[in-house]
Amino acid sequence: MRVPLSWLGELVDVAGRDATEIAARLNVTGTELDRLLHHGILTPETVVVGRVLATEPHPDADRLKVCRVATGGDEPVQIVCGAPNVAAGQVVPVAQIGTVMPDGTKIKRAKLRGQVSEGMICSARELGIGDAHDGILALDEQLPGAREIPPGTPLSDVLPHADDVLELEITPNRPDCLGLYGIAREVSAATGAALRPAPWTRAGGLDEEAGDPDPAGDAIDGFSVEVRTPRCPRFTARLFDGVTVGPSPLWLQARLAAAGQRPINNVVDVTNYVMLVTGQPLHAFDADRIAGGLLVVREATDGEQLRTLDDQERTVQAGELVIADDEGITSLAAVMGGARSEVHEGTTRVLLEVANWDGPTIHRTAQRLGLFSEAASRNAKGLAPEQAAWAQALATRLIHEVTGGRKVGGTIDVGGWRERPAQQPIALREARVTRLLGTAVSRRRQAELLASLGFMVADTSPETAEGEGEQLVLVPSERRDDITREIDLIEEIARIGVVADLAPTLPVRRRLTAATLTPAQRARRRAEDVLVGRGLQEVAGWSFTDAGAAERLGLSADDPRAAAVRLDNPLSEDHAVLRPTILISLLDIARRNRARGVDDVRIFETGTVFRDAPDPRRPDMPFEHLAIAALVQDDLFAAKGLLESLLGALGIDGWSVEATDQVAFLHPGRAARVLVTPAGGARRNGDGPDGPLQVGLLGEVHPRVAERWDLPQVAVFMIDLDQLLPLVPADVDFRDVGQFPDARFDLAVIVDDEVTAASVVEAARGAGGPLLEQVGVFDAYRGTGIPEGQVSLALHVRLRAADRTLDDEEISGVRERIVAALAERVGGTLRG
Amino acid sequence: MIDRIAQLRAAGEADVAAATTTDELEELRVRLLGRKAELPNMLRGVSELPPEQRGPVGKAANQARQALQQTLEARIAELAAGELDARLVADRVDVTLPGRREPVGGLHLITRVRREIEDVFLGLGFDVLEGPETETVHYNFDALNHAPNHPARDRSDTFYLAPSANLPAVERAGDPRAEDGGSGRLLRTHTSPMQIRTMEREDPPIAVIVPGRVYRPDSDATHTPQFHQVEGLWVDVDITLADLKGVLLSFARSIFGDEREVRLRPHFFPFTEPSVEVDVSCFACKGTGIREDLAGHPRCGLCKGTGWIEILGSGLVDPNVLRSVGEARGDDAYSPEAVQGFAFGMGIERIAMLRYGVPDLRLLYENDVRVLEQWA
Repeated sequence: MRVPLSWLGELVDVAGRDATEIAARLNVTGTELDRLLHHGILTPETVVVGRVLATEPHPDADRLKVCRVATGGDEPVQIVCGAPNVAAGQVVPVAQIGTVMPDGTKIKRAKLRGQVSEGMICSARELGIGDAHDGILALDEQLPGAREIPPGTPLSDVLPHADDVLELEITPNRPDCLGLYGIAREVSAATGAALRPAPWTRAGGLDEEAGDPDPAGDAIDGFSVEVRTPRCPRFTARLFDGVTVGPSPLWLQARLAAAGQRPINNVVDVTNYVMLVTGQPLHAFDADRIAGGLLVVREATDGEQLRTLDDQERTVQAGELVIADDEGITSLAAVMGGARSEVHEGTTRVLLEVANWDGPTIHRTAQRLGLFSEAASRNAKGLAPEQAAWAQALATRLIHEVTGGRKVGGTIDVGGWRERPAQQPIALREARVTRLLGTAVSRRRQAELLASLGFMVADTSPETAEGEGEQLVLVPSERRDDITREIDLIEEIARIGVVADLAPTLPVRRRLTAATLTPAQRARRRAEDVLVGRGLQEVAGWSFTDAGAAERLGLSADDPRAAAVRLDNPLSEDHAVLRPTILISLLDIARRNRARGVDDVRIFETGTVFRDAPDPRRPDMPFEHLAIAALVQDDLFAAKGLLESLLGALGIDGWSVEATDQVAFLHPGRAARVLVTPAGGARRNGDGPDGPLQVGLLGEVHPRVAERWDLPQVAVFMIDLDQLLPLVPADVDFRDVGQFPDARFDLAVIVDDEVTAASVVEAARGAGGPLLEQVGVFDAYRGTGIPEGQVSLALHVRLRAADRTLDDEEISGVRERIVAALAERVGGTLRG
Repeated sequence: MIDRIAQLRAAGEADVAAATTTDELEELRVRLLGRKAELPNMLRGVSELPPEQRGPVGKAANQARQALQQTLEARIAELAAGELDARLVADRVDVTLPGRREPVGGLHLITRVRREIEDVFLGLGFDVLEGPETETVHYNFDALNHAPNHPARDRSDTFYLAPSANLPAVERAGDPRAEDGGSGRLLRTHTSPMQIRTMEREDPPIAVIVPGRVYRPDSDATHTPQFHQVEGLWVDVDITLADLKGVLLSFARSIFGDEREVRLRPHFFPFTEPSVEVDVSCFACKGTGIREDLAGHPRCGLCKGTGWIEILGSGLVDPNVLRSVGEARGDDAYSPEAVQGFAFGMGIERIAMLRYGVPDLRLLYENDVRVLEQWA
C-alpha cells in the first residue's frame, strides 16, 4: 500500500512529522514499512511556473525550438525545447538549473547545437504525473486559473507533484488499512496526531445528498438490481447523468500517480481515488449499456463467458459470482468489470456499483484466474458492508466535481446484510491483559489505547478496584471481522501501548526433568559425527526430484521404491515428486561435484525420504522416514568399513549383512541387505518375532546406474534411522577387560567359494567357548596353492580368561575344537 | 705367562683405542676375545698348568679379559652414540613438505546451525522434537486458525500433494477447497503443525522446540523451495509475552553476541495473538545503522541502516488454537482460561546467512563441497 504523505496529511494532522518518523512509529505498532520512496522530482522547490514569452526555430535543428521563458527573475531565461506543442503564451512547469529529475539526472546549463539552454520545460511524465509525454504540460489548458499565477511561483504551491511515499506492508487481517483513512487512524493512534473527520461524513465536508440512508429513497428510474446469492451481502448503486468523460484534473492525476495508479479517465480515476481513501472498490458501468436496465447478481453456471475490461475472453465456473443483464454476464463481480458495459469516451450516464462480497469466494475466483486486481485483492479480504455507503458518498461528490455528473434518483441498496444480528460489545477483563502480557496496564490506559483506534469503551463498574475491573468494548465496523474476542482487544492494547517498552522476564520450566536430547537424537548426532570423523562431508540434497528418477535407478514400475509421492503444483518438472530414496540426492550431488573438478567424493546426508504408500503410524498419509546414507568413490568394502564404524559407535552389536542381487540400482554381485537382530527388550517393528530386522542396504552402485550419473565406481550405504535409532542401546554396562594377558593365534582355512566369511567366523565362534574373546577374518586368498573354486581365509583368534593366564594346553584345546568345527560345519581344511 | 697376558692386554687396549668404527670394534672383539683368540685360550688352558701357576695366571688372564671386555664395550658405546648422531643428521627431511593427507569431513552448515540452536534452547529448558514433513491441511492450516481465504493456503504459497490411489481419503471438515488439489495433503509450510501434534499428545506444561525441513514454492537469493525452521512452544499456566521476550533475548545473545538487544514489532500471524516479529540489534554496526569501523562510515548494509535485523515471528498462542487442541483431546487440559503460552518460528537458513555471511541461500543446496568445507 503506497501512502503519499501529503494525501495522508489531509486525513490526519501530521504537520511537523516527517515520513521517517511516521514510518518508525508505524513499524513498532504493527504496520511494517517496506520502503520509503520519493515520488517525482527530487528537488521540487526548483520547479517553478513559467510563461513562454516567445519561441523561435532553432537555427541548426529542425525539431528544436529556442524559447524565452519568464520564470520570475529579472530577465527571461532561454530554454531549448523539443516538444512539438510548445508555443508562446503558454503557462508551463519549468525545471530550473539544479533540478534533480526522478531518475537522478541533474538539469544543468547546456548548449544544444550551439544554443544556450537554462532549464527544461517539463512534460506530465517528467513531473511524475501520468503517462503523457507527447509534449510539454500546458498548465494553462489543464490547471484552472493557471494564467493568473505569477511566473516564478513554485509549482508545488499550485500543483503538488512530488511527495514522500510510504510503501507499507498490510497484513491480511487489516483490510481497513488498504484505505488511506485506515492508515490515517493507525498513524493517529501510533503518534498521537489528531485524526480528521472521515471525508465521507458531513463533518468531513459532504452535503446531505450523499448520505446514508439516501434521503432521495432507494429507487432509480429505469434501473433495478436483484441479488440472488447470499454471497453478496450488500449491493448499492447510484445513477449519474450529465457526465463528461475526459482526463482528470491534474491534482487528481498527481495523487493517483503518487499512490502508484495510472490515471485513465475522470470516471475511472474517481473510482480509484475513492477506493484508495476508503479501501472499498467501486465499479462504474456505462448506464446506457446495461441491457434491459436490470442487473442480476448471481452465482455463475459452468462455462458461461464474458469479455473483461482487459479484453480477455474468460470462462467462469459454477459458484463464481457474476453480474448479468438481459444479454448475459456483464461483469465478473468484485474482480473485474466487463468490456461490454465499460465507461468510454462518449459515456454520459454512469451507474456506480459499490458492493460487499464474500471474501473467500472472491479469493478463489481471483486465484483461479490469476487476477488479483486492486479491486479483487481488497474484496477477497472481506470488507465491512458499511464501507459501501462511505464509498458511494465520497464518489458522489467527486463525480460531480470532476465529471460534472449529477446524481439522479435515490440509492439502490439491496442484499441481506441488515438482517444480521446487531454486534454485541466485547467484555475486556482488566486483569486478563496483565496476565497475558506480563506487565500491568491500568484500565484507564486500556480504554485510552482502544479509543485511539476508534473503539467505543464503556467502564461498566467504575468503582471496582484497580486490577479487577471489566470494560465493554464496541468495535468499529471496518474492524469487525478482525476483532471478535477479548484476546483481539488485548492485542490492540499490546501493539499500540505495551510491546515497544516491554521488560523481558524468563519463565520457569515446571517439568521435573532437565531438558535433554532424547537417546535417539543423541544417537543421530553420533552417527553424523562418526562419518564426519572419517572424512565425509555432509550435504543437504533436495527433497524433490523428477518423476523419471526411479527409472534411471533401474527400478521397475511395480517396485515399492518407485512409488514416489507426486506434487500437485510442482515448481518444475525437475522437482515434480518427493525423493523415494536419498540415493538420488547423493548421486546428483556427486555428479555436480565431479563436474566441478572434485575427484574424490566422500559425502553423506541425513534426511527424509517418502513413498506413496500408507504410513503405518498415520495411515492416511504417505510413508516417510529419516534416512542416513553415504557415498564414497571406492569399493564395497570402503562403504562397509564406514558402516562398521557407524554401527560400532552406536553400540549396535547384533548386525550382519546378507548378499542380495535383488536391488536394481546396486551391483548384483556387490550388494547386501543390512540386518540387525534387536537385543532383548528393544522395541520391535519387524515382521517376525525373532527374525533380524532389515535396516538398510549396502553396496556398489550398479555400473549402469552410475554411468547415468557420469560416475565411476561408487559405493553407498543407506540406513533407515527410524528403524535403527530405537535399537541403539541407551546404556552400555561396564565389562571388565581383564588383567591377564590374552593368547592369540592365526589359522588359514581353505573352504569352497560358496562358503561365506561370515559362516566361517560363525562356526569358529560357536566352537570357541567362553575363552574366545574375538575371532575375525583378516585376509582372503585365491590363487597359487589354492585349488580352483576354493578360497583360503585367514582367521585371527584371540582368547582370554578373566582370572588367569592361559596355558598351552588350554590354548591348543580351543584351537583343536575350532579346527574340528570348521571341518564339520563349513568343510574347511587347514592350509599347509 | 704373566708377561704375555700383560702384553696381550696392552696391545688389545691400544687396538681398541685406535678403532674408529663399531664394525672394527666388532672385529676386535672376535680377535681378542673370540673362541680362537689367545687370551681366552690361555684361560681355558689354566687347568693344564702346574698347580702353583694356576692361581696367578688364571687371575691375571681373567682380569685382562674383563678389562678388555669393558674397554671394548665403553668404546662401542662411545662410537655408537657418535654414529647415531651422524646418521640422524644425514637423515634430515624437509619438514615443510606436506603431511600425508587425511580427509577432513564436516557437517553441513544447516546441521551445524541447527545444533547450535538446539543447544541454546536445551539450556533454556526446551525439549527437542521432530515431526512429519507431509501434513494434512487440517494440521498445517485449519487447526492453526488460518482463515479459509488466508493467502498462505494459495497454490502459489503451498505445495499440495497430488491425490493418490494408494492412500485413503483424508477426512476434512468444511468445503473441499480448490487450492489443495483434492488430496487435503501438503508439504508442511512451517513447523507449526507440531504445536498441535505436541499438545494433542502431551499434557501441559510443555516447553519444546521442533527443528525440521519445511517447503514453500519460492526461489530466489533469499528463498529456496525447501528450507528449515525451528518452532518453539511453551505452554503453562502463567507464560506471558514478557517471557517470550526474555527467552528470545537469551537466544539472540547466545547466537549473536552478549551485547545484542531484541525488539518486538507487532505483526499478524493467524495462530498467535498478540503476534510479534522479533528483531535483533544489528551485530555488524552494533545497532547504530552506520559502519563506524569502515572507512567513510557508510550505512550498514546488513540492517540497511535501521540498526535492527528481523530474525523470527512469534506471539502468544491464539485461544482458537488451544480450543482446537481441546476438541481433539476431548478434555479441558488446554482450555484458554487455564493455560497460556507463546510460540515462535525461525528460519535456520536465515540465522546461518546472518551468522556466516552467506550471500545466496541457494548456495546451501548446491552442495559444492568446496563451499561446504569452509565450515568443516
